[in-house]
Amino acid sequence: MDFLSLFTIFVLAVFVGFYVVWGVTPALHSPLLAVTNAISSVIIVGGLIAAVASKGLIDLSSTMGLIAVLLASVNIFGGFMVAQRMLAMFKKKK
Amino acid sequence: MDTIFGFAYLLSAVLFILALKGLSSPVSARQGNIFGMIGMAIAVVTTLLLHGSGLELGNYTNIIIAVIIGGVFGAILALKISMTALPQLVAAFHSLVGLAAVFVAIGAYKNPSAFFDGGIITTGSMIEMSLGLAIGAITFSGSVIAFAKLQGLVSGNPLVFKGQHLINLIIFLAILTLIYMISVDPMNLSKEQYFWTIVGLSFLIGFLIVLPIGGADMPVVVSMLNSYSGWAACGIGFTLQNTALIITGALVGSSGAILSYIMCKGMNRSIVSVLLGGFGGDSDEAAAAAVSPKGNVKRGSADDASFIMGNAQKVIIVPGYGMAVSQAQHALREMCDLLKEKGVEVKYAIHPVAGRMPGHMNVLLAEANVPYDEVFELEEINHEFSTADVAFVIGANDVTNPLAKTDPQSPIYGMPILDVEKAATTLFLKRSMASGYAGVDNDLFFRDKTMMLLGDAKQTTEEIVQALNLS
Repeated sequence: MDFLSLFTIFVLAVFVGFYVVWGVTPALHSPLLAVTNAISSVIIVGGLIAAVASKGLIDLSSTMGLIAVLLASVNIFGGFMVAQRMLAMFKKKK
Repeated sequence: MDTIFGFAYLLSAVLFILALKGLSSPVSARQGNIFGMIGMAIAVVTTLLLHGSGLELGNYTNIIIAVIIGGVFGAILALKISMTALPQLVAAFHSLVGLAAVFVAIGAYKNPSAFFDGGIITTGSMIEMSLGLAIGAITFSGSVIAFAKLQGLVSGNPLVFKGQHLINLIIFLAILTLIYMISVDPMNLSKEQYFWTIVGLSFLIGFLIVLPIGGADMPVVVSMLNSYSGWAACGIGFTLQNTALIITGALVGSSGAILSYIMCKGMNRSIVSVLLGGFGGDSDEAAAAAVSPKGNVKRGSADDASFIMGNAQKVIIVPGYGMAVSQAQHALREMCDLLKEKGVEVKYAIHPVAGRMPGHMNVLLAEANVPYDEVFELEEINHEFSTADVAFVIGANDVTNPLAKTDPQSPIYGMPILDVEKAATTLFLKRSMASGYAGVDNDLFFRDKTMMLLGDAKQTTEEIVQALNLS
């Protein structure tokens, strides 16, 4: 894809983010931090590309990729689970 | 075939948007979180199908091991962490996103054929990649310092030295210059040293940016680093031409920016003044001796407090960071349950910057089983203090200080405050008479309508619970 298309997507996504996040209730700002943290770990995609590229050989690039996959995994599991744990605590009056 | 993969990445981005959308209410939030997890699974599987070598699981042994090690570690952290320590955990997580971005950039730089058409890094890709690299490195080192400050490993007091801002500016310009120099001729291997210098300088400036920021400004820092981690992901997304990464990075980037804005507004400070640092350490005890007595302080006991609240019709609770530190939220909820049994109306009022991260108080109260429909934001509840019999301030100070309205000279002037002074009686649970993090005396302490209960918040609250049980 050319740069302009990607940039268009980027700008529109910033606007989507802007409106969606203003809609988040302040009470859930902590879970918001945990969830955004988890989804930004979609950077694992980059790690995976580097890791699979060497076809099983271990070189600098694939090692870097594997470390990135490991770090992002900590975040993905940790972020979603801690968000779930927080959200499970929010209960209405009985 | 590529079209299908494109759609899959789009689907995962849409699911991430729905995950954030779900957070508009506690009712839909958990479902949103599930959407987020599905989105992540789709992104991972799509990438493996697109770039991997077939469906044979054996080809992915290393990756699976990495995911399992990381996943187990992350899961243990998430399940074991105490809710008081959430801000540290979030800071630590941000550092990992930043570091992952750095490693991905190194991976791409060292093996261009896996990432770029024809194995050629173009000038455009190199700019995007080095921006992602630099922001990722800043996110990492900045978050490490934020973590250390929140965890108490380094002092929460701002660390300021002469010429600090000039040094930061020089490093910043050096990074930009290096990005320019490496990007005009990205395939020239003799320029590899520039790449590593960008990494080193970015780590350095991340440390330097966060060190001068005081403990009390941590809600802004945590939000800001959240934003950075998003922009880092964006930079890498442009490099990989991956829409899921670009969209997600943009969502996270703007989310963190909005939170920073809300936090700054909650303190009536500009983001620039927060970033320049030097404000708000975390040791209010140190300032204790400096407090000049401005009148008589009415000190009360737990019995007094129990008597006043037991006979009230409406009590508004104002929790602050002190409640989190002494872990008083469970005792507090017990106290409120007893009051409710006596027919007292109980509500909670949360200031936007209470605690060390956005929304921290809400989570702590939820943890103690306080129903979320009893918890209100500043704008929702501030007009109700005038009809309340008691404002029960537990571990908060500056966010109630009327000087913010009346004294233009005060460092907290213009900060929105909770109008606890309008309640018939104000009870303060505090460790000492010290001023708050802003270093400003709170003259509410010296008013006739105010009663001070000095001591550990949890212990005092437990004593009130006992007194209420006896009455």
